[in-house]
Amino acid sequence: MPSTEPSGNNEARPTPSVPEPTSASVPRFSRAERMIHRTTAILMTVCILTAAVLYNGSIAVPVGHRHLIELIHVYCGFALPVPMLLGIGSFAYRADLRRLGRFTPADRRWLRSRTRRDGTITVGKFNAGQKLNASLVSGSILVLLGTGVLMYFVLLAPLSWRSGATFVHDWFALALGLLVVGHVIFALKDPEARRGMRTGSVSRSWARTEHEGWLHDLENAATESAAEVPEK
Amino acid sequence: MAAGIYYPCNRVNTWPADDALARPDRGRYPGGPAWVVGSCQESCDEQAGLDECPGLAELNGRDRSGVGKPGDAPPNPEGAPVGRRLILGLLGLGALGTLTGQRVQNALAPVVGAVADHDPTGLLSLIPLGDTFRYYSVTGSVRQETADNYRLNVSGLVDHPATYSIADLKSLPQTSLIQDFQCVTGWHVPAVHWAGVRLSVLLEKAAPAKQARAVLFTSFDGTYTESLTLAEARHPDVIVALEMLGAPVTHDHGGPVRMYAGSMYGYKSTKWLSGIELAETETPGYWETRGYAIDGTIRE
Repeated sequence: MPSTEPSGNNEARPTPSVPEPTSASVPRFSRAERMIHRTTAILMTVCILTAAVLYNGSIAVPVGHRHLIELIHVYCGFALPVPMLLGIGSFAYRADLRRLGRFTPADRRWLRSRTRRDGTITVGKFNAGQKLNASLVSGSILVLLGTGVLMYFVLLAPLSWRSGATFVHDWFALALGLLVVGHVIFALKDPEARRGMRTGSVSRSWARTEHEGWLHDLENAATESAAEVPEK
Repeated sequence: MAAGIYYPCNRVNTWPADDALARPDRGRYPGGPAWVVGSCQESCDEQAGLDECPGLAELNGRDRSGVGKPGDAPPNPEGAPVGRRLILGLLGLGALGTLTGQRVQNALAPVVGAVADHDPTGLLSLIPLGDTFRYYSVTGSVRQETADNYRLNVSGLVDHPATYSIADLKSLPQTSLIQDFQCVTGWHVPAVHWAGVRLSVLLEKAAPAKQARAVLFTSFDGTYTESLTLAEARHPDVIVALEMLGAPVTHDHGGPVRMYAGSMYGYKSTKWLSGIELAETETPGYWETRGYAIDGTIRE
């Protein structure tokens, strides 16, 4: 989940699997993308829960077992980027990474707009908020990984770096926690977005409301692939 | 903002960034204009000369119009790589923070800490200000020991084994010091007030045998162990602490009696101290069998 809300892909590539423009739902995320999201979400949740124990004294005291909690936290942290790295092997995932990383002028206007959701600014597969979230979450995960390594392997760096790493780790963890909370709140407010990540498909009407530019491209691709067949 | 001239075209670039998927040259708005040259002289955003300018939006009735240079593919149909910049920026911030975080925190903590002390909501305590203790316990729960039933055993290679109650310890010469608590992972609490009996005093009374070279510590949590060389144990800043932070050591901090080995990492300061045993050699303690150095001296 370098993710935002839904991160993932669709079958925008003109293939026979693209549904006819009339069908009720459109594919949004591939199986690989959904697996990446699911495993990342699980690892992230375990990291957050164990972090709460390690950091917060009023939880740490009753729970105890410091070493065990620490091991779980550290290894889930090491594993956190792995699903995303494996995702590089997925065409759909790479395509969505590219979408998430690129900001157009429309994205900037979307971010500045107070009426960003009224449909005036056409949104592609991901809106600018999702793109922003994806980048901030990915960057934060990498920073937490790096500082975590310095803190865990205490012989790697001098004490002042370890102190700095602890400082950075604490603040980035807080920031990432807020990003995750925001992500979950947005997801809770939008059942169709959740369905997209759970099943891989979303309704055409939802796509039209929330990601019109993306739907348009999907439809174009479908039309063209259909039109191409006779020529071959 | 590069001033540029943009041209709407029918080669709509399948916003946003459909790159590999969508074959930009195929995307086409119904009824979209053919290449129209020079209809928009507005300057559009950014070097990449992306997807739109206001005039185009009107032209297409929507604002995702495609633009491009004549005779060329659209300059960059995907938009600027802001995501990559954000990630690199965060990595830079993380690296900078790692190198300077200690100083930043030292400057920040007194200011924010003063505010946090008067924060009625208590929310500020959730913010990682640093300079606070994190509570380490390596077992599930640790039984409570009161001043009445607490006992500290001194044994091993000594001429005079002994058992001390809290009252016994209090009757010995007391010492106090103000010194940092430094965790090996990086967090630390500056200027903590410690008070108790110097370990050297107890060792003196126990009269170590000639072959004794190390002091082993046990905890009534039933699991934790530590050790110091006899020479380290005799340092004046190694104390059997009865007070910490200006009050009797609380249970969560390892009370009623814990070790404080100043100038050593925190894992050398055994909490819930129950036994002191003289031995010929050091035995790797709890964290030392899990990777930390048996010499816990803070260096550099």
